[in-house]
This record gives sequence, structure tokens and C-alpha cells, in this order.
Amino acid sequence: MTRYLVRRVLILLPVWLAVYTLTFTLYHVTPGGPWDREKPVPPQAMAQLNQKYGLDRPLWQQYLDYLAGVFTRFDFGPSYSRQSRNVSEIITDLFPVSARIGMLAMFLAVGLGVPLGVVSASNHHSIADRASMLIAVFGVSVPSFVVGPILIWIFALSLAWLPPGGIDTWRHHLLPAITLSLFPMALLARATRASLLEVLSADYVRTARSKGLREALVIRRHALRNALIPVVTIGGILLAEVLVGSFYVETVFAIPGIGRYFVTSVTSRDYPVLMGITLLMTTVVALVNLFVDLTYAYLDPRIRYG
Amino acid sequence: MAENGEALTPSPSPLRGRGEHHGRVAGLPLSHGRDVGVADVRAAQRRGLGGEGHPGVRASGGEASPAGPWQMAWRQLRRSKLALFGLGILAVLLLLAAFADLVAPYSPTQQNVALARRGPSAAHLLGTDELGRDMLTRLIYGARVSLSVAIVAQIVILLIGVPVGAAAGYFGGWVDTLLSRAIDVLYSFPDLLLIIIVVTSLRAALRAESGGVLGALASLDAALAGMLGIFLSLALVSWLTVARLVRGQVLSLKEREFVESARASGATTGRIVVRHLVPNVLPAIVVAATLGIPRVILVEAALSFIGIGVQPPTPSWGAMILAGSTAARGGNPHLILGPAGALALTVLACNIVGDALLEAFDPWMRRAGQGRA
Repeated sequence: MTRYLVRRVLILLPVWLAVYTLTFTLYHVTPGGPWDREKPVPPQAMAQLNQKYGLDRPLWQQYLDYLAGVFTRFDFGPSYSRQSRNVSEIITDLFPVSARIGMLAMFLAVGLGVPLGVVSASNHHSIADRASMLIAVFGVSVPSFVVGPILIWIFALSLAWLPPGGIDTWRHHLLPAITLSLFPMALLARATRASLLEVLSADYVRTARSKGLREALVIRRHALRNALIPVVTIGGILLAEVLVGSFYVETVFAIPGIGRYFVTSVTSRDYPVLMGITLLMTTVVALVNLFVDLTYAYLDPRIRYG
Repeated sequence: MAENGEALTPSPSPLRGRGEHHGRVAGLPLSHGRDVGVADVRAAQRRGLGGEGHPGVRASGGEASPAGPWQMAWRQLRRSKLALFGLGILAVLLLLAAFADLVAPYSPTQQNVALARRGPSAAHLLGTDELGRDMLTRLIYGARVSLSVAIVAQIVILLIGVPVGAAAGYFGGWVDTLLSRAIDVLYSFPDLLLIIIVVTSLRAALRAESGGVLGALASLDAALAGMLGIFLSLALVSWLTVARLVRGQVLSLKEREFVESARASGATTGRIVVRHLVPNVLPAIVVAATLGIPRVILVEAALSFIGIGVQPPTPSWGAMILAGSTAARGGNPHLILGPAGALALTVLACNIVGDALLEAFDPWMRRAGQGRA
């Protein structure tokens, strides 16, 4: 087990390297640089900036410099646009904010989505089934940047129940988390329904039914556990996505999170920040995947990792 | 699907001999002693599609009129009121987008600041925006942007994804390895963020170019209000998903009896791929494309919402939602409800139709996907 975990974490290295190389290449094949402003920076100042950040060196050297910094000093470089802070500081400031809202959203999504799917599948073709699936299609179809403003308009401006933006108290977390949870909730509901429907037609479910077990118990004890495996797969992808923050939700609710900062760093060509956040996302995806794989083993004891 | 039967039986009546290869054509037992003509084989092909009898047909007694997956899917689709509703909405939207110049009551860019931010009225059914432009008109023109981005990007995605996926699935080897590795790397990247990077890089590259092919592309992009960049970046990022789908299906289909018998009867590789494999993957591709269109629409709206999508003053639902979300805070909810409703309705309609198609093709696709009944 320990060996398995070590191996899984070590596999991250080549993935990081690939993502780093891809991002580096994408950045350097595009014309323009971090000092492009509406009003051009004087050439002398530009040369100084380039020298300060090592941008005047040959590309291969820049490529290696960054790697050396990361591996020897755990230094992810400075931020070009916010020169008082470096990348590690920016990430440790912003990531917890996004992750907190993401966790809350995922709680909501799992807590509502999975039961919705179960109700839907166990009453196949009923009104309840159709209604929940309509809700689910709706959740997949309406993007967060549409839901967010509408929720603000209703709950913050018209009813004045919750604050329209910011992140100061727990009340500030509610609307963004609800907005962020809709899409994963809908997808989880659909996945649960599809998977449970398939499992419910299996032989061992027929056996359980024929021995007179109540339907609720058949679903809870026999069917659901097996049906949850594909749901966990999808849930993992969604969790990774939600943890690193949504640009839209963070923009709409004026939240200082990592999702919003990422887009800012792309448009302002703040290359070290862009790289740092990309690597963070890759890491989150990989760790969530590991967590998902471990959950499989819990759900299905036949799955073992050695 | 009729092509299958035809391609499978190049000579007029090859089943007469009932030799080793023809004793069972495509899994259909031919033990009855009469001659079987091409038409019968075609019918059998349609019914069985190279496998065992179709579940749907079998359920209706096996004697029902033979129907291919397309007819079956259409029949299924017609029964669902929700699907027809979705199709109807899409048809109306397409017509509105195509004839926007005739239908729209005003010009999409004509400003009248004196009338800015008015609520709905008889003259402006959905009110006016912050520059006094008619909201309904801008929504109709916005439909043109959304739908053309969706359709063109989807076509490009299919043009790249289907051939690559089919080649990787059929030939395996280094093509397959390359594709799989590319998918691994790109999937470890968050989707939308990759699109953002590609679209900004592409824009910057085009902007820097003045002559030659890239220069022509740059002016085309400008003429399309930035839509070319969106098409290309969406396609570059999304074709992998289609390629992976096609690869998986081809991988399982190529081991099936009807492909084997086509190979035995001397069909060339190209012919097998184009006439046997691709038509069988087509339903899956249609479903993927239908479900891919709402995704593309959302991404376009999202990019315009960020400000790197369709360039103003060309109306785009995403940009209108962005403008509306600040206006809603100032007490003008109609500015967000209009574009939000239009976007939601369109995506909803696409998803409903896609879901219905998925369900309609389902028994058949599942067989194609798993290679067994």
C-alpha cells in the first residue's frame, strides 16, 4: 500500500514536467511580453526589467532556471504584475479561499445530486424521475455566470437576505457555493441515475428482491454501493475542477480566489503566476484522482492496490 | 447503413453457395434453404447491423419492417414530446439567426443613449441596454453568433477528430500511442483554461502578423469579430474527445464478424474504414456532436464574458450577460434575464435533443460500444 502511494506520487513528476514544458512552449511561441502596456514602456526600462527577471537569457536557459529554482529552493518565481509578492505567497493567499467554497459546493452537490439520482432510478419512468432529470438537464444547461447574477438579484438585492459579494463571513460563502454546486449536482444526479439503473437489472439484485427484501434495502445495501463507482469517477473530476475555483463565480461574487487570478495572469501575461497556478491545478487533479482510486477500494473490496 | 450490405456482398448473390465464409453472414443464421438476394442481406444488415438481431426488432416479433438505427431513432424521438419541443426550439432559433436582418425590429448597433436602460415596452419588447440598443434585436443577432460558432467549431472538431480517432483505433501502433499520450497530457489541463491560453496566444500571433497566410487569417478574424480565434482554439482543444470516442468504437467494431467477412472478401483497408466502420460509429458521433454543441455555446459565451471572445459591438450573449450582471445590481434585472434566458433555453434545447438521441440510439450504441449484445 505504501509502495503504491509512493509510486502514485512519483508519477506526478513526469506529468509536471510535461505540463511545464507545454505551458512554457505555449507562452514563448506567442509574440508580446509581460511589459506590453497601452503606453509603451521605454526600451531602457524594458531591458532592465528583462535583465532583472532573467528574460534576456536564451530560452533553454530560462527553461532550466525555473526548474532549478523549483527543485533547489522550492521557489516558483516572482509575480510580474504584483511585484511585492511572489508566486508561492499569491497561491497560499488565494487557494484556501477557492478551496473552501469548492468544498462547500461539492458537499451540496453530493448531498443533493446523489439522492436525486437514486430517487430517479428507483422510480424509473415516474413523474419523480422525469422531474429530477429535468432539474438535472437544467443544472447542466445553465452556466454559473447566469445563475450567479440571478441569485444575487433575488437573494441579495430584492430580499436582502445574503450579501451580494465578498468573502468576510460564512454568509458570504452561501450564494457562491450554491451557484458553483449546480453543475456538479446535475451531473452527479445523471450519473447516479444511469449507473443505478444498470445495476438494478443485475442478477444479484433480482436475487435480493426475490428473497423478499424491501426495495429500499435492496437499493441501499446491494445496488447503491456498486452503482457509486462510476459516480465517484465523475465526482473526482468535478471535485478537482471545483477546488481550484471558478473564474465566473469568483468574478460575479467579487471573491479574491485563484480561479479569477489565473485568468488575470493569462491576460496580463504574468508568466510565473500562470505557471504556478497551472502546476497547482495539475497537482490537485492528480491528488484527487489518487483519492478516487482509494475510494474504489473502499467501495469494492475486490479492488486492491499493491 | 444500407452500404454495409452492399459492400459486404460485392457479387449479386454470394450466399447461394453457403460456403465457409457465408454460412453466417454478420451473425445472421441462413440455414433456410432458399436463395438470399442482396436486398435480403441489406434488410438483415439493417436489422442486425452486423450482430445479433436488434433488441428492439426482436421485441416486436422479429417480423416487423426492417429499420436501421436512423429510422428507429427517429421513431423513438418522435414519441418523446420533450425531444420534439427541443427540436422545435432549435429550428426557431436557427431560422431567427439565419434571417436576423429581416426579423429583428432594430439595428443591433444603433445607439440611443436617451433611451438607455429602459424596461420592456411596446416599442422595445425586452427593453434597451446601457447604450439604448434594443435588447430583442441584440438577442436575435447574438443567436447568430452563438449558433454559427457552435456549428462551425463542431464541424472542425469532427473533421479532425473522426479521421484521427478512426486511424488510431484501426491501425493501433504509434498513431494510437501518440493519440493516447496527447489525450493524457491535455486532460491533465483544465479545459477552459487551456482554451483561454490558446485563444489569447492565437490572437496575439495573428495580431503580430500583417502579410502572408497568417495576415489573411488575421483580417478574417477581425472581420468575424474574433470568431475565427474561437473556432480554432475550441477545435484544437476539443477534437481529442471525439477522437477518443471514435477510437474506442472502432477498436471494438474492427473485431466484429462483418469486418472480418469484408476483409475476407477482399475489401481494401480504406473501404473497410470508410464504408463499414465509420457508418457504424456515426450514431455515436451524432450524439456526441449534439451534446458537444451546447458545450461550445457555453464556452463562447464564457469567453465573451471574460472579454476575450467575440469583440464588441457584435452582440454576443456572453458579453451581454457580463454587462447585464452589473446592470442587475443597479436595479435593471431585464438586462441579465434576457440574454441569460436565451442562452439557457438554447443550451437546454440542445441538451434535451442530445439526451433524447442518446436514449433513441442507446440499445444499438451500447452494442457497438461493447462489441456484444
